[in-house]
Amino acid sequence: MNFDFSDDQKMLRDQARKFLTEKCPPKTVRKVLESDGQYDKALWKQIAEMGWLGTAIPEQYEGLGLGHLELCVIAEEMGRVLAPVPFASSVYLATEAIILAGSEDQKKKYLPKLAVGEIIGTFAIAEGPQPPSPKSIKATFRGGKLDGVKTPIADGEVADFAVVLARSSDTGGERSLSLAIVDLKAAGVSRRTVKTIDPSRGHAEITFKGASAEALGPAGDGWDLARRVLDRAAVLMSFEQVGGADACLAMAKDYALNRYAFGRQIGSFQAIKHKLAEMYVWNELARSNAFFGAWALSTNAPELPEAAAGARISATDAFHFASKENIQTHGGMGFTWELDCHLYYRRAKQLGLTLGSSRVWKDRLVNHLEKKNVA
Amino acid sequence: MDFNDTPDEAKFRHEVRSWLEANAKPKSAAGFAAENPRYQRNETEALKIAKAWQAKKAAKGFARITWPKEIGGLGGTPMQSVVYSQEESKFDVPSGFFEIGLGMCIPTVTHYASKEVAAKFVKPALYGEEIWCQLFSEPSAGSDVAGLRMKAERDGDDWIVNGQKIWTSGAHYSDWGIVLTRTDPNVPKHAGLTMFYVSMKAPGVEARPIKQMSGGANFNEVFFTNVRIPDSQRLGNVGEGWKVALTTLMHERLAVGGGQGGSGADVKELLALARETELEDGPAIRNASVRERIAEWYVRGQGLKYTTYRTLTALSKGQVPGPEASIAKVVVAPRMQDLASFAMDLEDMGGVATGEEAPLGAAFQQTYMWAPGLRIAGGTDEILKNIIAERVLGLPGDMRVDKDVPYNKLPTGR
Repeated sequence: MNFDFSDDQKMLRDQARKFLTEKCPPKTVRKVLESDGQYDKALWKQIAEMGWLGTAIPEQYEGLGLGHLELCVIAEEMGRVLAPVPFASSVYLATEAIILAGSEDQKKKYLPKLAVGEIIGTFAIAEGPQPPSPKSIKATFRGGKLDGVKTPIADGEVADFAVVLARSSDTGGERSLSLAIVDLKAAGVSRRTVKTIDPSRGHAEITFKGASAEALGPAGDGWDLARRVLDRAAVLMSFEQVGGADACLAMAKDYALNRYAFGRQIGSFQAIKHKLAEMYVWNELARSNAFFGAWALSTNAPELPEAAAGARISATDAFHFASKENIQTHGGMGFTWELDCHLYYRRAKQLGLTLGSSRVWKDRLVNHLEKKNVA
Repeated sequence: MDFNDTPDEAKFRHEVRSWLEANAKPKSAAGFAAENPRYQRNETEALKIAKAWQAKKAAKGFARITWPKEIGGLGGTPMQSVVYSQEESKFDVPSGFFEIGLGMCIPTVTHYASKEVAAKFVKPALYGEEIWCQLFSEPSAGSDVAGLRMKAERDGDDWIVNGQKIWTSGAHYSDWGIVLTRTDPNVPKHAGLTMFYVSMKAPGVEARPIKQMSGGANFNEVFFTNVRIPDSQRLGNVGEGWKVALTTLMHERLAVGGGQGGSGADVKELLALARETELEDGPAIRNASVRERIAEWYVRGQGLKYTTYRTLTALSKGQVPGPEASIAKVVVAPRMQDLASFAMDLEDMGGVATGEEAPLGAAFQQTYMWAPGLRIAGGTDEILKNIIAERVLGLPGDMRVDKDVPYNKLPTGR
């Protein structure tokens, strides 16, 4: 049994933790939150210089060629400090989509630039306040032209290109959808900022009016490919969520040890101890599920969809719980603008929604369980 | 990252499996009810089978893999012990009667008694010839076990013991027990305790099974009436019984299982039930609220499974497992309880039935009835959360109003 990261991977994690703790203190997150900025450009540049954007990009496309396990340990540290950068959009989503479905030409065109942060990519599925489905997607991709509105799209305002899910035929059902790559600076694309619960992560509404785009993967494979990209991103993001949840527990513990009420540390009251113990329990379950996701992703195992759903649900629920109970532990100060609790509470929900809600993933998970049971 | 054995583990697994194949039958695929011996066997018969199996294991060194060879163990690693348990769990063999004795009582006896005394007890326990029980809890001392009342008074070379123990697993078929008593009520509670070992056949010892709400009787109450225990059977110094008890409990915590949470009706059974149950709007499995709950319990179960894998990984590398190993019981028991209750909701008005007509041999109804005990036995959910908060997270201990008060001045309530 060797269900753990290697010593090298743990060293990379320690290095990432040290680097990000130093370069991304809460004031860096607040700077983005409290301005109209979309992300912290200086931090993004430094992260690019570390080579992390190309962690899982093969060496032939000028990445580090390490692998997904290495990306997982970095993701955890990104989540711990709430890094206000387009890491998830560009690395977990756009890069993974191109590695998964791109032609050789597309890989050569995009991956080397993604690896060094010369371009930023994003993944555009959402079309407003409802879950995207083969029935609901309205954007179209026909004759090399994209039309429609995608919103809210994380990093949509700063990305150079987007991978878009759109309708390519009128046959209906899953097979009527395709993926397309579109240059967001090209004619026929307009963008506007969308206000969100987490302004430390920029979001945009992107409108396409006959924008030129090229297919990513075979026509009609869009829904299936999108799900597969989301599976991969879900595993990586689950580590961000676990990192964030861990940070919440550390904050709550620190406060419980230093705040006195009724003549004693509030951390000596069982009401607080049990709350923090539960945070620990859910965080560890989420970490274990994320580990299984990491194994499935790194080995391209047939269990990946099920493992990704498990990691996603567990991490989303754990981060939600930890971020809300962290505020509760802090009492009145917990819901002030001044304290950092709300930064985690915002991010927990943003991450919990951006790849689809827990509700949707739970339904998908049971789909997999049903298939497995029949087989 | 992988789930594979190291070459040494693989070799040991092969050795264990070959031995098991030669000496036992694989478990049948008959499903939960048929495989759950708790409801199947009569205890006297089960004990006879268990003793015979234990003797076979002991002769091979498999009864206590981590013990040194000199005292009948295999001199193996904790990981080898886990490998053995994993393999044994695939075979239809008895389990459970000897764990308390070998896991907790005998290590305590060997730690505190003379070599000669220890030697007298180790082998019979290892071979299943003698069974041990642990007599700590009392009706008025559960989570706060140091508040126990059982009185031991010095009488020449003996101690006269009076009082009542409770929740003693296997007391009625045990030969020996270790018993924690109060020898001085005039000092604070932890300072007035003394530990002994005692013959369960001694005059004045009477074990009575406690019938649980599930209908089963896995525990006893044990009455001590003027039981005479020679001072030579004392373990540790007079007044230092709490220290001895901590040794026992430490051994309890060291026992790392290779299993994956509790037995009983789980997600697999719930999926089966959801498939065959028609709700008002079609099969339960197609109902969104049902699917959401199934997913939640599945994810929680998987989380436990992979947490165990993390613990095993540490053992496999010869490391001490991380604190994550402490979360299992807090999750397992409430999960079982809620899952069973929800499954019965699916059966709706029919969910009350426990006869042959009940789906899956009434597995959910049985789980529903024993889950409350699971949340209490071996440390309540609340005590376990205190332990996580204090030992893992480093939060302060509870404020103790009884700390410096003589035991006989403590308020006792009813």
